[in-house]
Amino acid sequence: MSTVTCPECDAQVKLEAGTEVGEIIVCPDCGVDLEVTALDPAAVQLAPMEQEDWGE
Amino acid sequence: MQRRLKIGVLCSRVRVEEKWIFASLEKRGIDFDRLDDRAINFDLDDPMPWKQYDAVLERSISYTNGLYALRILNAFGVPTVNTAAVAEACGDKLTTSTLLMKAELPQPRNLVAFTPESALDALEKLGYPAVVKPVVGSWGRLLAKINDRDAAEAIFEHKATLGSTQHQVFYIQEYIEKPGRDIRAVVIDGRVLTAMYRTSPHWITNTARGGAGELCPVTPEIEGLCLKAAQAVGGGVLAVDLIEHPQRGFLVNEVNHTMEFHTLQPLSGIDIASEIVDYVVNTVKEKV
Repeated sequence: MSTVTCPECDAQVKLEAGTEVGEIIVCPDCGVDLEVTALDPAAVQLAPMEQEDWGE
Repeated sequence: MQRRLKIGVLCSRVRVEEKWIFASLEKRGIDFDRLDDRAINFDLDDPMPWKQYDAVLERSISYTNGLYALRILNAFGVPTVNTAAVAEACGDKLTTSTLLMKAELPQPRNLVAFTPESALDALEKLGYPAVVKPVVGSWGRLLAKINDRDAAEAIFEHKATLGSTQHQVFYIQEYIEKPGRDIRAVVIDGRVLTAMYRTSPHWITNTARGGAGELCPVTPEIEGLCLKAAQAVGGGVLAVDLIEHPQRGFLVNEVNHTMEFHTLQPLSGIDIASEIVDYVVNTVKEKV
Protein backbone atom coordinates (compact mmCIF):
# COMPACT_ATOMS: atom_id res chain seq x y z
CA MET A 1 0.00 0.00 0.00
CA SER A 2 1.43 3.39 -1.02
CA THR A 3 1.46 6.44 1.15
CA VAL A 4 1.44 10.03 -0.08
CA THR A 5 1.71 13.36 1.63
CA CYS A 6 -1.27 15.69 1.52
CA PRO A 7 -0.10 18.92 -0.14
CA GLU A 8 -2.61 20.88 1.92
CA CYS A 9 -1.96 19.69 5.49
CA ASP A 10 1.10 17.45 5.23
CA ALA A 11 -0.79 14.40 6.52
CA GLN A 12 0.30 10.93 5.44
CA VAL A 13 -2.50 9.47 3.29
CA LYS A 14 -2.67 5.78 2.42
CA LEU A 15 -3.81 4.72 -1.05
CA GLU A 16 -6.11 1.71 -1.11
CA ALA A 17 -5.28 -1.26 -3.31
CA GLY A 18 -6.92 -0.80 -6.71
CA THR A 19 -6.56 2.97 -6.69
CA GLU A 20 -6.38 4.39 -10.24
CA VAL A 21 -4.62 7.42 -11.65
CA GLY A 22 -7.25 10.12 -12.04
CA GLU A 23 -9.21 8.95 -8.99
CA ILE A 24 -10.15 11.41 -6.28
CA ILE A 25 -9.35 10.60 -2.68
CA VAL A 26 -10.13 12.65 0.39
CA CYS A 27 -7.47 13.53 2.90
CA PRO A 28 -8.73 12.05 6.19
CA ASP A 29 -7.06 14.83 8.16
CA CYS A 30 -8.07 18.06 6.40
CA GLY A 31 -10.82 16.79 4.08
CA VAL A 32 -9.39 18.26 0.89
CA ASP A 33 -9.99 16.42 -2.41
CA LEU A 34 -6.79 14.97 -3.88
CA GLU A 35 -6.34 13.65 -7.39
CA VAL A 36 -4.05 10.65 -7.78
CA THR A 37 -1.58 11.63 -10.52
CA ALA A 38 0.79 8.65 -10.40
CA LEU A 39 1.03 5.23 -8.78
CA ASP A 40 4.66 4.20 -9.09
CA PRO A 41 5.73 6.10 -7.15
CA ALA A 42 2.42 7.34 -5.83
CA ALA A 43 1.71 11.04 -6.14
CA VAL A 44 -1.27 13.30 -5.56
CA GLN A 45 -2.14 16.91 -6.13
CA LEU A 46 -5.03 19.12 -5.09
CA ALA A 47 -8.03 18.11 -7.20
CA PRO A 48 -9.35 20.74 -9.62
CA MET A 49 -12.40 22.66 -8.50
CA GLU A 50 -15.73 21.55 -9.96
CA GLN A 51 -16.51 23.34 -13.21
CA GLU A 52 -19.89 24.48 -14.45
CA ASP A 53 -20.02 21.97 -17.30
CA TRP A 54 -19.06 18.95 -15.20
CA GLY A 55 -21.49 16.13 -14.73
CA GLU A 56 -23.09 13.25 -16.53
CA MET B 1 -4.97 -13.11 -38.52
CA GLN B 2 -7.66 -10.78 -37.26
CA ARG B 3 -6.36 -7.55 -35.75
CA ARG B 4 -6.97 -7.16 -32.03
CA LEU B 5 -9.65 -4.69 -31.06
CA LYS B 6 -8.43 -1.41 -29.60
CA ILE B 7 -10.66 0.94 -27.63
CA GLY B 8 -9.97 4.43 -26.35
CA VAL B 9 -11.65 5.58 -23.15
CA LEU B 10 -11.80 9.35 -23.00
CA CYS B 11 -12.02 10.55 -19.43
CA SER B 12 -10.42 12.83 -16.89
CA ARG B 13 -11.52 12.31 -13.32
CA VAL B 14 -11.83 8.58 -12.70
CA ARG B 15 -15.08 7.85 -10.90
CA VAL B 16 -16.17 4.43 -9.72
CA GLU B 17 -18.04 4.01 -13.03
CA GLU B 18 -14.80 4.39 -15.00
CA LYS B 19 -13.07 1.91 -12.67
CA TRP B 20 -15.84 -0.60 -13.35
CA ILE B 21 -15.54 0.02 -17.10
CA PHE B 22 -11.74 -0.44 -17.01
CA ALA B 23 -12.20 -3.65 -15.02
CA SER B 24 -14.72 -4.97 -17.55
CA LEU B 25 -12.40 -4.18 -20.47
CA GLU B 26 -9.49 -5.87 -18.68
CA LYS B 27 -11.60 -8.92 -17.82
CA ARG B 28 -12.40 -9.43 -21.51
CA GLY B 29 -8.80 -8.91 -22.53
CA ILE B 30 -9.71 -5.89 -24.66
CA ASP B 31 -6.78 -3.64 -25.46
CA PHE B 32 -7.61 -0.09 -24.40
CA ASP B 33 -5.98 3.25 -23.75
CA ARG B 34 -7.08 5.75 -21.20
CA LEU B 35 -7.20 9.13 -22.89
CA ASP B 36 -7.12 11.98 -20.37
CA ASP B 37 -8.95 14.90 -21.98
CA ARG B 38 -6.64 17.28 -20.10
CA ALA B 39 -3.55 15.75 -21.64
CA ILE B 40 -4.49 15.06 -25.25
CA ASN B 41 -4.43 17.39 -28.24
CA PHE B 42 -5.76 17.04 -31.77
CA ASP B 43 -4.19 18.05 -35.07
CA LEU B 44 -7.13 18.31 -37.42
CA ASP B 45 -4.83 17.57 -40.36
CA ASP B 46 -3.60 14.35 -38.81
CA PRO B 47 -6.26 11.80 -37.86
CA MET B 48 -3.77 8.91 -37.85
CA PRO B 49 -3.05 8.83 -34.07
CA TRP B 50 -6.79 8.42 -33.54
CA LYS B 51 -7.43 5.93 -36.32
CA GLN B 52 -5.72 3.27 -34.20
CA TYR B 53 -8.91 3.11 -32.14
CA ASP B 54 -11.75 0.94 -33.34
CA ALA B 55 -13.99 3.00 -31.10
CA VAL B 56 -13.72 5.63 -28.37
CA LEU B 57 -15.94 5.55 -25.30
CA GLU B 58 -16.47 9.08 -24.05
CA ARG B 59 -16.65 9.41 -20.25
CA SER B 60 -15.38 12.97 -19.79
CA ILE B 61 -16.57 14.72 -16.69
CA SER B 62 -16.45 17.96 -18.70
CA TYR B 63 -19.31 18.24 -21.16
CA THR B 64 -17.39 20.76 -23.26
CA ASN B 65 -14.23 18.68 -23.56
CA GLY B 66 -16.19 15.54 -24.32
CA LEU B 67 -18.40 17.17 -26.92
CA TYR B 68 -15.57 18.77 -28.89
CA ALA B 69 -13.47 15.62 -28.74
CA LEU B 70 -16.42 13.63 -30.09
CA ARG B 71 -16.95 16.12 -32.90
CA ILE B 72 -13.33 15.77 -33.99
CA LEU B 73 -13.28 11.99 -33.64
CA ASN B 74 -16.51 11.62 -35.60
CA ALA B 75 -15.12 13.89 -38.32
CA PHE B 76 -12.03 11.64 -38.40
CA GLY B 77 -14.37 8.70 -38.93
CA VAL B 78 -13.66 7.16 -35.52
CA PRO B 79 -16.80 5.50 -34.07
CA THR B 80 -17.67 6.87 -30.65
CA VAL B 81 -20.03 6.04 -27.82
CA ASN B 82 -21.97 8.18 -27.74
CA THR B 83 -21.78 10.18 -30.94
CA ALA B 84 -21.22 13.93 -30.94
CA ALA B 85 -24.80 14.43 -32.13
CA VAL B 86 -26.16 12.48 -29.15
CA ALA B 87 -23.88 14.33 -26.72
CA GLU B 88 -25.09 17.63 -28.09
CA ALA B 89 -28.71 16.50 -27.90
CA CYS B 90 -28.38 15.46 -24.26
CA GLY B 91 -25.82 17.91 -22.88
CA ASP B 92 -27.92 20.96 -23.58
CA LYS B 93 -31.27 20.75 -21.79
CA LEU B 94 -32.98 23.08 -24.22
CA THR B 95 -31.80 21.01 -27.18
CA THR B 96 -33.12 17.90 -25.43
CA SER B 97 -36.47 19.62 -24.87
CA THR B 98 -36.76 20.56 -28.54
CA LEU B 99 -36.08 16.97 -29.60
CA LEU B 100 -38.60 15.59 -27.09
CA MET B 101 -41.11 18.14 -28.37
CA LYS B 102 -40.43 17.11 -31.98
CA ALA B 103 -40.97 13.46 -31.00
CA GLU B 104 -44.21 14.50 -29.25
CA LEU B 105 -43.12 13.01 -25.95
CA PRO B 106 -44.56 14.22 -22.65
CA GLN B 107 -42.27 16.62 -20.79
CA PRO B 108 -42.62 19.48 -18.33
CA ARG B 109 -43.77 22.74 -19.85
CA ASN B 110 -40.75 24.81 -20.83
CA LEU B 111 -40.45 28.49 -21.67
CA VAL B 112 -37.35 30.15 -23.09
CA ALA B 113 -36.25 33.79 -23.15
CA PHE B 114 -33.02 35.67 -23.80
CA THR B 115 -33.23 38.71 -21.53
CA PRO B 116 -34.17 39.10 -17.85
CA GLU B 117 -37.19 41.21 -18.86
CA SER B 118 -38.59 38.70 -21.33
CA ALA B 119 -37.80 35.88 -18.90
CA LEU B 120 -39.86 37.68 -16.27
CA ASP B 121 -42.72 38.03 -18.75
CA ALA B 122 -42.51 34.31 -19.48
CA LEU B 123 -42.48 33.44 -15.80
CA GLU B 124 -45.52 35.63 -15.09
CA LYS B 125 -47.32 33.72 -17.84
CA LEU B 126 -46.28 30.33 -16.43
CA GLY B 127 -46.99 31.18 -12.80
CA TYR B 128 -45.17 30.41 -9.56
CA PRO B 129 -43.43 28.35 -8.37
CA ALA B 130 -41.26 27.62 -11.38
CA VAL B 131 -37.80 26.24 -11.96
CA VAL B 132 -34.95 27.96 -13.78
CA LYS B 133 -32.13 25.76 -15.00
CA PRO B 134 -28.88 26.45 -16.81
CA VAL B 135 -29.07 24.86 -20.27
CA VAL B 136 -25.74 23.14 -19.62
CA GLY B 137 -25.08 21.69 -16.20
CA SER B 138 -25.52 18.59 -14.14
CA TRP B 139 -25.73 17.16 -10.64
CA GLY B 140 -28.57 19.58 -9.83
CA ARG B 141 -26.15 22.48 -9.94
CA LEU B 142 -27.48 26.06 -10.25
CA LEU B 143 -31.12 25.03 -10.33
CA ALA B 144 -33.42 27.63 -8.85
CA LYS B 145 -36.97 27.13 -7.61
CA ILE B 146 -38.60 30.52 -7.92
CA ASN B 147 -41.58 31.07 -5.66
CA ASP B 148 -42.48 34.67 -6.48
CA ARG B 149 -41.71 37.69 -8.62
CA ASP B 150 -39.21 39.12 -6.13
CA ALA B 151 -37.12 35.96 -6.30
CA ALA B 152 -37.42 35.90 -10.09
CA GLU B 153 -36.13 39.45 -10.43
CA ALA B 154 -33.18 38.66 -8.16
CA ILE B 155 -32.25 35.39 -9.89
CA PHE B 156 -32.50 36.88 -13.38
CA GLU B 157 -30.42 39.90 -12.40
CA HIS B 158 -27.78 37.63 -10.90
CA LYS B 159 -27.71 35.44 -13.99
CA ALA B 160 -27.49 38.45 -16.30
CA THR B 161 -24.74 40.11 -14.26
CA LEU B 162 -22.66 37.20 -13.03
CA GLY B 163 -23.24 34.48 -15.58
CA SER B 164 -21.55 33.65 -18.86
CA THR B 165 -23.34 34.21 -22.17
CA GLN B 166 -24.90 30.79 -21.80
CA HIS B 167 -26.68 31.97 -18.65
CA GLN B 168 -28.46 34.58 -20.77
CA VAL B 169 -30.52 31.73 -22.19
CA PHE B 170 -33.31 31.61 -19.61
CA TYR B 171 -34.68 28.09 -19.56
CA ILE B 172 -37.79 28.11 -17.39
CA GLN B 173 -39.70 25.01 -16.45
CA GLU B 174 -42.97 24.47 -14.64
CA TYR B 175 -42.50 23.23 -11.08
CA ILE B 176 -43.99 19.78 -10.63
CA GLU B 177 -45.25 18.51 -7.30
CA LYS B 178 -43.65 15.12 -7.73
CA PRO B 179 -44.05 12.44 -5.04
CA GLY B 180 -40.65 13.13 -3.43
CA ARG B 181 -38.87 11.18 -6.11
CA ASP B 182 -38.04 10.90 -9.77
CA ILE B 183 -37.05 7.90 -11.89
CA ARG B 184 -33.70 7.17 -13.50
CA ALA B 185 -33.70 4.45 -16.19
CA VAL B 186 -30.67 3.10 -18.01
CA VAL B 187 -31.24 2.54 -21.72
CA ILE B 188 -28.56 0.84 -23.78
CA ASP B 189 -28.94 -0.12 -27.41
CA GLY B 190 -32.71 0.11 -27.39
CA ARG B 191 -33.18 -1.83 -24.15
CA VAL B 192 -34.22 -0.53 -20.75
CA LEU B 193 -31.83 -2.40 -18.47
CA THR B 194 -33.06 -1.22 -15.11
CA ALA B 195 -34.52 1.75 -13.29
CA MET B 196 -34.56 3.30 -9.85
CA TYR B 197 -36.48 5.87 -7.89
CA ARG B 198 -34.34 8.72 -6.61
CA THR B 199 -35.97 9.80 -3.39
CA SER B 200 -35.28 12.96 -1.47
CA PRO B 201 -37.16 15.34 0.83
CA HIS B 202 -35.54 18.12 -1.24
CA TRP B 203 -37.17 19.09 -4.55
CA ILE B 204 -33.85 18.30 -6.27
CA THR B 205 -33.65 14.50 -6.24
CA ASN B 206 -30.28 13.86 -7.93
CA THR B 207 -28.22 11.26 -6.10
CA ALA B 208 -25.33 13.73 -6.54
CA ARG B 209 -27.33 15.93 -4.17
CA GLY B 210 -28.03 13.21 -1.66
CA GLY B 211 -31.08 11.55 -3.22
CA ALA B 212 -31.39 7.88 -2.22
CA GLY B 213 -31.91 5.06 -4.72
CA GLU B 214 -34.63 2.43 -4.63
CA LEU B 215 -35.37 -0.06 -7.41
CA CYS B 216 -38.22 0.93 -9.68
CA PRO B 217 -40.11 -1.77 -11.59
CA VAL B 218 -39.78 -1.20 -15.34
CA THR B 219 -43.43 -1.21 -16.35
CA PRO B 220 -44.41 -1.34 -20.04
CA GLU B 221 -45.32 2.37 -19.76
CA ILE B 222 -41.90 3.33 -18.35
CA GLU B 223 -40.15 1.11 -20.83
CA GLY B 224 -42.02 2.52 -23.80
CA LEU B 225 -41.46 6.13 -22.82
CA CYS B 226 -37.76 5.64 -22.05
CA LEU B 227 -37.15 3.89 -25.37
CA LYS B 228 -38.87 6.70 -27.25
CA ALA B 229 -36.91 9.34 -25.33
CA ALA B 230 -33.64 7.54 -26.05
CA GLN B 231 -34.57 7.30 -29.71
CA ALA B 232 -35.48 11.00 -29.81
CA VAL B 233 -31.93 12.00 -28.85
CA GLY B 234 -30.29 9.52 -31.19
CA GLY B 235 -29.90 6.37 -29.07
CA GLY B 236 -26.81 4.76 -27.58
CA VAL B 237 -25.82 4.51 -23.92
CA LEU B 238 -28.21 6.75 -22.04
CA ALA B 239 -29.96 7.46 -18.76
CA VAL B 240 -33.50 8.77 -19.02
CA ASP B 241 -34.91 10.72 -16.10
CA LEU B 242 -38.68 10.72 -15.63
CA ILE B 243 -40.88 12.77 -13.34
CA GLU B 244 -44.29 11.60 -12.14
CA HIS B 245 -46.82 14.38 -12.64
CA PRO B 246 -49.87 13.98 -10.37
CA GLN B 247 -52.29 14.41 -13.30
CA ARG B 248 -50.30 14.00 -16.52
CA GLY B 249 -48.37 10.88 -15.51
CA PHE B 250 -44.78 10.27 -16.57
CA LEU B 251 -42.87 13.17 -18.11
CA VAL B 252 -39.37 12.99 -19.55
CA ASN B 253 -37.22 15.43 -17.62
CA GLU B 254 -33.81 14.87 -19.16
CA VAL B 255 -31.57 12.36 -20.89
CA ASN B 256 -27.92 11.90 -19.88
CA HIS B 257 -25.24 10.72 -22.29
CA THR B 258 -22.35 10.00 -19.87
CA MET B 259 -24.47 8.70 -17.05
CA GLU B 260 -23.29 7.83 -13.61
CA PHE B 261 -24.54 4.53 -12.22
CA HIS B 262 -22.71 4.20 -8.89
CA THR B 263 -26.06 3.79 -7.14
CA LEU B 264 -27.97 1.81 -9.76
CA GLN B 265 -25.37 -0.87 -10.56
CA PRO B 266 -25.11 -2.28 -7.02
CA LEU B 267 -28.81 -1.70 -6.39
CA SER B 268 -29.96 -3.59 -9.48
CA GLY B 269 -27.23 -6.21 -9.54
CA ILE B 270 -26.91 -5.52 -13.26
CA ASP B 271 -23.38 -5.05 -14.53
CA ILE B 272 -24.06 -1.80 -16.36
CA ALA B 273 -20.34 -1.21 -17.00
CA SER B 274 -20.13 -4.50 -18.90
CA GLU B 275 -23.30 -3.67 -20.82
CA ILE B 276 -21.61 -0.43 -21.91
CA VAL B 277 -18.49 -2.33 -22.98
CA ASP B 278 -20.69 -4.78 -24.93
CA TYR B 279 -22.31 -1.87 -26.69
CA VAL B 280 -18.94 -0.35 -27.59
CA VAL B 281 -17.73 -3.68 -29.00
CA ASN B 282 -20.96 -4.11 -30.97
CA THR B 283 -20.60 -0.56 -32.29
CA VAL B 284 -17.20 -1.52 -33.68
CA LYS B 285 -18.58 -4.69 -35.24
CA GLU B 286 -21.33 -2.76 -36.98
CA LYS B 287 -18.74 -0.49 -38.58
CA VAL B 288 -16.59 -3.34 -39.86
